[in-house]
Amino acid sequence: MPGQWLTSLFYYSSFFLVTTTIENDMGLNRIMPPDDNNAIVDIKERNLFEISINDADLIMAEEDIIDPKNLREKVIAFIDNGGFPIEAEGYCNHCKGNRFANSSENPDKAIISIKAQRNSSYPVYVTVQNEVIAAYNELRDRESLRLFNTPYKTIYSDYYNEKNSEDEKGQLKERLEIIRSLYPQKILEPETVNN
Amino acid sequence: MTVTVMKNENLLVENTLPTATETEKLDKKDRVIEIYVGKPTNGGNANLGDEPRIQMDNKFITVDEVGDYALQALSSMPEHLKSVATVSIKADIGVKMGVIEDLKSELRMVNLLKINYTTYEGAAADNL
Repeated sequence: MPGQWLTSLFYYSSFFLVTTTIENDMGLNRIMPPDDNNAIVDIKERNLFEISINDADLIMAEEDIIDPKNLREKVIAFIDNGGFPIEAEGYCNHCKGNRFANSSENPDKAIISIKAQRNSSYPVYVTVQNEVIAAYNELRDRESLRLFNTPYKTIYSDYYNEKNSEDEKGQLKERLEIIRSLYPQKILEPETVNN
Repeated sequence: MTVTVMKNENLLVENTLPTATETEKLDKKDRVIEIYVGKPTNGGNANLGDEPRIQMDNKFITVDEVGDYALQALSSMPEHLKSVATVSIKADIGVKMGVIEDLKSELRMVNLLKINYTTYEGAAADNL
């Protein structure tokens, strides 16, 4: 009898284990730069938005301590600044930012750097990554609604929906590429920065 | 039944994941390499200590071994999936960035560049 009880307890706990591992199949996707990337990127200061997390988990953005709740908004203002003058090549037509002379020239030039210390907490780092990706997603959503009357996320999930035909997918892919080219995600691993 | 599935992955580390809102679904299992990071749950073995450990394939490995194990996992994938392989980093909320950065640089050395910080769905502010 006690043996039987133990066995059912074993099944129960293993079932619990299985469900917890299988459900965690969502997350933030990132592509890291190759290791042999010796090309040091030179970036104008105005085109670089630096975020760092210190050992005490305080988040600094552009050298000021920032409440993480305000981070997304700041990143959006930076990416969407569109500082190139109207007559310049690379002027950002779709940008709705302040067009400040000390902020990014256009979204293609705008780069976000996220740096952490060894003792920074992993979940704080994930929060910062999340807010930066959220900033891009908000801007992409705005353009997606303007151009195609559909949120970016919907186009994205329709593209990966197996039920859609190849023809539909072709059109969705084209749309994704258009939106991504308006706000290309440029998040940097800090060791490649030199400014 | 469930027992056979369980053999796949036996968690040896604490693994409460952070939360995020901007998540994407991970690719199918056949092209995902999983790395767990967290304090050892130790099953009564106090010798394991409190320092976060890395788990791959049902066992603890050191940071220096991450590249080898990841390549091994990659080599067992069908040829057409190798180029789309993603590394799922399943790190516990108690982990510090030092071990994560070490692990990332090991992955870069073996040119596994597609990573996924695997999370639960939820407000990112819950992490703070």
